[in-house]
Amino acid sequence: MTGARTRLAAVLVLAAVLVVLPFFAEKYYVQLAARILIMAIFAMSLDLLVGYAGLVSLGHAAFFGLAAYTLALLSPQYEGANLWVSLPLAAGAAALAALAIGALALRTSGVYFIMVTLAFAQMLYFVFHDTKIAGGSDGVYIYVRPVADLFGWQPFSLENFTHFYYLTLVLAVAVFVSLTVVLRSPFGRVIAGIRVNEQRMRSLGYATFRYKLVCFAIAGGLAGIAGYLAAAQHGNVNPDMMGWHLSGNGLMMVILGGMGTLVGPVLGAFAMLVLEIVFQGATKHWQLLMGGFIVLVALFLPAGLIGLASARRRARGGGE
Amino acid sequence: MELGTFAIQVLNSVQYGLLLFLIASGLTLIFGIMGIINLAHGSFYMIGAYLAWSLVGRLGSLWLAIPAGIVLSVAIGALLEWMLIARLYRRDHLYQVLLTYGLILILEELRSVAFGDDVHGVAVPAALAASLPLTDTLSYPVYRLWISGVCVVLALGMYWLIARTRLGMTIRAGASNREMVSSLGINIGLVYRLVFALGVALAAFAGMIAAPVSSVFPGMGNQVLIVCFVVVVIGGIGSVKGALVGALLIGFVDTFGKVAEVSVAGVRLLPDLAGMSIYVLMAVVLLWRPEGIFGRRLK
Repeated sequence: MTGARTRLAAVLVLAAVLVVLPFFAEKYYVQLAARILIMAIFAMSLDLLVGYAGLVSLGHAAFFGLAAYTLALLSPQYEGANLWVSLPLAAGAAALAALAIGALALRTSGVYFIMVTLAFAQMLYFVFHDTKIAGGSDGVYIYVRPVADLFGWQPFSLENFTHFYYLTLVLAVAVFVSLTVVLRSPFGRVIAGIRVNEQRMRSLGYATFRYKLVCFAIAGGLAGIAGYLAAAQHGNVNPDMMGWHLSGNGLMMVILGGMGTLVGPVLGAFAMLVLEIVFQGATKHWQLLMGGFIVLVALFLPAGLIGLASARRRARGGGE
Repeated sequence: MELGTFAIQVLNSVQYGLLLFLIASGLTLIFGIMGIINLAHGSFYMIGAYLAWSLVGRLGSLWLAIPAGIVLSVAIGALLEWMLIARLYRRDHLYQVLLTYGLILILEELRSVAFGDDVHGVAVPAALAASLPLTDTLSYPVYRLWISGVCVVLALGMYWLIARTRLGMTIRAGASNREMVSSLGINIGLVYRLVFALGVALAAFAGMIAAPVSSVFPGMGNQVLIVCFVVVVIGGIGSVKGALVGALLIGFVDTFGKVAEVSVAGVRLLPDLAGMSIYVLMAVVLLWRPEGIFGRRLK
């Protein structure tokens, strides 16, 4: 069996499990699966920057949080916002913010870019933390989840956890598929070219800054979708949703799974959330275990779980 | 603003700026010389403050706590370099970010295990507890002046060490060509370990002397780390001179942002959005000189 076929089979099995999950799993696990899918969207969007464009952003949570706040501000106090209006608006706001921050941050590169993205994310954090726009450091509550109202017809209800799970699944698959398409398009090829050698792409006549900026805005918008869903699921939005712990954990998901692939971040999100639950169950000081784990991955697993699998395949003499 | 109040704010800006410089210079040296981006640098500041609190409790005086704390933090720095950082020199920045992020979680949790999660205060040493009268009603604490003085002395000492001594020459040579230096028979690994330990000690020392004026609290390191990033981006990474100028600029902008009142079209911008002011400054510098004021031009 070739590597491509194994991978296709693995993805199909995974998809099948995800589709039938609500039929046999308890509520807790369905909600956990929705959380994992939300973080998978976030990690995939970050991987577009880190793994494909070679832009290490340490402020990606800013766009996640901004979309979450957009939903909170769009929600009337005792009613749900309209899903079909508020989701595009939230993702659009995140993409717009990414465009503005990207225009400044992309003037730098390398280690500057890491620090500048972190600093701008922290600036947005302070905007929401210090002012009364949306509840300051306590954040705001969303009492009613968004309503999927299409001209008076409601195809599903997000108050129902199974429906919510399926919406998340559909959106995660949509993000996966559209990123696959984008990355195979001429645009994606240019992005990959920039990662390998930006100078060369520029001398070939590509306006590399614009390509990177569009890439940054797309990633911001997709992170916004994840933030919107997280806000709808938790019913609470607070400044920590744009804090740098989330940005750091996002990077960890991308690397743990395997950057430069789309399956990697999904695996990474799954592994991180499960590990978090396991560690939290083991000790009060679970961050010690998590920190140790992150250090070990950085030292010994640079290519992530995907890299581990392909190395094993190579060792057996098969695969690519 | 009255002249007396204004003078106090200027002194506060300088003191905050110089303290930031101590931390940021370690960050910028470690990057400039070793090529390592160290997110855990702020954690060393926090560790310094907690060490000061804990050692003052045990030894009875800040004057005994500071030397003991410096010895401990040099040891911590050297140990971490030997165990972890030394494996990162040839790796991409991404892995340095990841490893030092993990280190933040570990150090923060170890702090929680060793010292708890409470907010503490450290008393100003008796010899420096006085205040200098500025006007009839306003006075300025001597301890803050002492902080500024110590920072200036350390800055001069650092300049002397790097520009005028044989060790400094080796460090500068190691920054430009690691292989060449080691083929000349110099143990460059040891030099790097020393630089990292000194950077850690600088940050921890800043935390120790800052402990009596700011309280000692969990998460204090992360706050300071991000401000130091802004300092380094403004000044130009790898440049100690840039760190000094950037830190003083930030000191003034941040201090005056909190006391000035600025409204545009009826919307009160300052001090309501004072937390944003330093980032606006960073954005302006990025538009003007993306490589920082004293930075080398990016490729």
